Amino acid sequence: MSSFLNASVGRKFLVSISGLFLITFLAVHLAVNLFLLAGQEAYNMAAHFMATNPAIKIMEPALALGFLLHIVVSAYLTVTNQGTRPQKYSMVDQRKTSSWPSRNMFVLGLLILIFLALHLSNFWYKMKFGGVAYIEYDGVQVQDAYTLVTGKFVIWWYALIYVAGAVFLRLHLLHGFQSAFQTLGLSNQLWYKRLTVIGTVYALIIAAGFAIIPVWFLAGTFLN
Amino acid sequence: MDIKLKIWRQEGPKSEGSFVDYNLTGVSKDMSFLEMLDFLNKKLIENGDDPVVFEHDCREGICGSCALFINGRPHGPDDLVTTCELRMTKFNDGDTIVIEPWRAKSFPVIKDLVADRHAFDKIMEAGGFISVNTGSAPEANSIPVPREKADEAFDAAVCIGCGACVAACKNSSAMLFVAAKVSHLALLPQGRAESGKRARAMLAKMDELGFGSCTNTGACEAECPKGISLAHIARLNREFLKEGFRS
Amino acid sequence: MSKLEAKIPGGPLADKWSNHKNSVRLVNPANKAKLDIIMVGTGLAGASAAATLAELGYNVKAFCFQDSPRRAHSVAAQGGINAAKNYKNDGDSVFRLFNDIIKGGDYRSREANVYRAAEVSNQTIDQMVAAGVPFAREYSGYLDNRSFGGVQVSRTFYARGQTGQQCLLGAYSGMIRQMAKGKVTMYSRRDMLDLVVVDGRARGIITRNLVTGEIERHSAHAVVLASGGYGTIYYLSTLAVGSNATAAWTAHKKGAFFSNPSFVQIHPTSLPQLNDYQAKLTLMSESLRNDGRIWVPKAKGDKRHPSQIPEEERDYYLERRYPAFGNLVPRDVASRAAKERCDAGYGVGDTGLSVYLDFSRAIEKQGKKAIEAKYGNLFEMYEKITGTNPYNEPMRIYPAGHYTMGGLWVDYNLMTTIPGLFAIGESNFSDHGANRLGAGSLMQCSGDGYFILPVTIGDYLADEIRTPRIPTDLPEFEAAEKEAIDRLHSLLAINGKQTVTSFHKRLGRIMWDQCGMVRNEESLKKALGMIEELKEEFWKDVRIPGTAGELNQELEKAVKVADFFELGRLMCQDGLDRKESCGAHFREESQTPEGEAQRIDSEYSYVATWEYNGEGKDHKLHKEELKFENARIQQRSYK
Repeated sequence: MSSFLNASVGRKFLVSISGLFLITFLAVHLAVNLFLLAGQEAYNMAAHFMATNPAIKIMEPALALGFLLHIVVSAYLTVTNQGTRPQKYSMVDQRKTSSWPSRNMFVLGLLILIFLALHLSNFWYKMKFGGVAYIEYDGVQVQDAYTLVTGKFVIWWYALIYVAGAVFLRLHLLHGFQSAFQTLGLSNQLWYKRLTVIGTVYALIIAAGFAIIPVWFLAGTFLN
Repeated sequence: MDIKLKIWRQEGPKSEGSFVDYNLTGVSKDMSFLEMLDFLNKKLIENGDDPVVFEHDCREGICGSCALFINGRPHGPDDLVTTCELRMTKFNDGDTIVIEPWRAKSFPVIKDLVADRHAFDKIMEAGGFISVNTGSAPEANSIPVPREKADEAFDAAVCIGCGACVAACKNSSAMLFVAAKVSHLALLPQGRAESGKRARAMLAKMDELGFGSCTNTGACEAECPKGISLAHIARLNREFLKEGFRS
Repeated sequence: MSKLEAKIPGGPLADKWSNHKNSVRLVNPANKAKLDIIMVGTGLAGASAAATLAELGYNVKAFCFQDSPRRAHSVAAQGGINAAKNYKNDGDSVFRLFNDIIKGGDYRSREANVYRAAEVSNQTIDQMVAAGVPFAREYSGYLDNRSFGGVQVSRTFYARGQTGQQCLLGAYSGMIRQMAKGKVTMYSRRDMLDLVVVDGRARGIITRNLVTGEIERHSAHAVVLASGGYGTIYYLSTLAVGSNATAAWTAHKKGAFFSNPSFVQIHPTSLPQLNDYQAKLTLMSESLRNDGRIWVPKAKGDKRHPSQIPEEERDYYLERRYPAFGNLVPRDVASRAAKERCDAGYGVGDTGLSVYLDFSRAIEKQGKKAIEAKYGNLFEMYEKITGTNPYNEPMRIYPAGHYTMGGLWVDYNLMTTIPGLFAIGESNFSDHGANRLGAGSLMQCSGDGYFILPVTIGDYLADEIRTPRIPTDLPEFEAAEKEAIDRLHSLLAINGKQTVTSFHKRLGRIMWDQCGMVRNEESLKKALGMIEELKEEFWKDVRIPGTAGELNQELEKAVKVADFFELGRLMCQDGLDRKESCGAHFREESQTPEGEAQRIDSEYSYVATWEYNGEGKDHKLHKEELKFENARIQQRSYK
């Protein structure tokens, strides 16, 4: 056990597994968010379903743990890697040999973390610990998350932050998706190419999906 | 043609190094990059200066001795070549060429452009072999090896141990080097038996010697003069994980 | 002379090695652990020997000048390794391999040694495959063979164009496994500067740590030289720039006889020299001759582009002169034929010092894909260096110094004339006679290292089990160390104007012109004078910057070049003595009316073995007569 986790590849395994878990979570999250475009009731019912579903309730701490693991182990590896080249090169040319996101995953991760903090305090915290008005559909009392969310997205700089968050996420996923499979050994010369394509498409869908929502509501304010 | 050189000079392992500028005139496009440095050294010696120390031996891209970081890239601007295979046709009159040694904590500089890559031998010692004694080998054709596997093993076995992967990696990781050996031996039935153990031991040694971890940027693959694929790193990871929590 | 006792075991040729193995004395495991062996050089021969000796239980101290043993020049062998497996069922056998080596060597090698080399070749392949050497395979998964270097069977195992690298890495991995076990201690970045002989036995070496400049003493019960050949004496050769003769030469000066020094193989398919600053010549694998056709224009000084020269105006001179073997004649024959055409004014390229190697017909017949599969990496390499694409226009090639058949004299046990000093691989003279066949070098190196030396050295060491570890403070060590230091200091003290390399180039030119592919009495005598003059100039005017106490590449080079002057002289002396032509040694005075090499068996069927007589004095010649009881002696003919 210890030899597994003491090895850099063992630690990378943790980053990879937690990363794939978070990648899956993003798809679920986006699916629920897209109900925003379907109107108030649809979204509020979806959010209610998520908030009350026992499976989701169990997954919530797991998700928190996933985030924590992903962040802590990555940070640890990054810090360790900082010491491997005490004397830097005077000139480095990596334009043709590696992608910018792949070299800057930690920076992208940090930006996403900042965004995440803002995001959690804005929505998740309020929904979890009150402060959101209730609304009744067919006799069921549910939180009016719709009003909370759309109320923010009509503020232009808020919408902009969310679009930026989506862009960071896309860049992070662009490398992270295929990298996760590579670390797990689930890649070869053929699948490397396939995974890169799938990862690129996935990153685009996730980012575009998340970005379109604030843009939609912001655009709505201009049209009205 | 005339070129400007910025070359890292360092007297010894413990000295502080710095860049020294040289203007070199009369360079021919026919020269290889190292012949250009020979030419510089000839002039330096004749002028009573110390020649620039750099490693080289076979000068045909197979021994892995030469190891220069040229204009920000290991083995210079050409792809799939070692420094000794790099030709001056890749440069133009008036160019400035910056030459540094490999830089990594695990590859300390000995003098000028010579970095000590002894750590690679140490990693190999940890398990880069098949444990067969001389004389105990069975008849060579008793174990057929599917052609595709043999070819793939060969693709990994071409590693020359030059260290360009470490030099190129932002984390100075030796993953591609380790992967080349683990993958080569894992693909052959002769090497299968020890494969997981080998991956575990070589990786542990790599970590211990101060190489960084892999972030899958792919710079190693792009700079490897022998074109060794990242797929071998995936196989290394697989061999490592298959070993599970056993050892 | 009793010193040249070859100790060939009795019995029929095919049984000699088995008989010998059964009769040599053994050393028990507990005693092996008390015995130290020094291995100088860690190429295929040295690494395989070090690995095997360590497995047996001896303590091995291995030395190499590179930063890692994986970089030894065996790494550059391209074509393959021969073995008499007869996997192709084309009639091959140990005897045929033996006969081909003897014939290829033009009957100037020792039958018993050659037969043994052929015999252990099969085991070597088994060993390498087990060690993970990825030899080429057929779709069935079984090992592939190709025909190579002037023989009529397919017995060559290969790993693309990188067989030497793969074989070396196999041996290296065996050695490194013993390093992990503590049975091999590796001293890399060391130059051997002297051999220490105590009471007539080899007991140690003096080395220079190339990083710190420190002079070190190392002792052992036996010393093995696996230090390779001396082809870099030509300056431009296919060898690694660092290859040198110093270890063998210092041993020679301490009493080890040197055999057939003038037998140097000139490889026919190297890239021609491109400029004056060139540091080495790049070899293109001989396998190219399997499909490439060699030609020059029929008209003298024809400067047209090759594509402009129509078929009927091309002279495929090898096919013309040697219809039976055509482009596949042995290396020495192909090299001389190229030189003959160029000297006669038919050469191509700016300098007129190259010939075409043309693949157009092979591409037409087999398709570009098939040619790419066989030679893709070689074609790429060619294009990288020359900037022309060999798929579209013929390659240009020229011969280059490649392999030295000569080397330290050894008996059947691979022991030199100094008891306790052994020589294996290219550093000895034993197996290749006057010319080596393609894919024979890896075969000999690995056979010596894996299977022969580990047996024969035991016979010597059986007498040593009561000898305690050799102390390094003996007066002999002190004297050898002082000698080595003095030599370094005298080199540094010259403080002249010219670089070491400039001397090396000039020496190389003398050797190439006067003692290269073709020699005669006049040229050899002329060379002796020129070498002497150049040597004097060197010792007056060479400039070596820096000190002996640091990493000093110029000093390293100077030590090697200083030895080359002495060795060059001996090569010429040897060439003068042998007034016949044989194999790679072509004396113009001795040729058939058609211009082929004319051997004179009645007078020269011996190994010319030279004893060092002191600085500046002529060497003394000892002759080991060669007897051929099994090989079919014939005048070599490839017509």
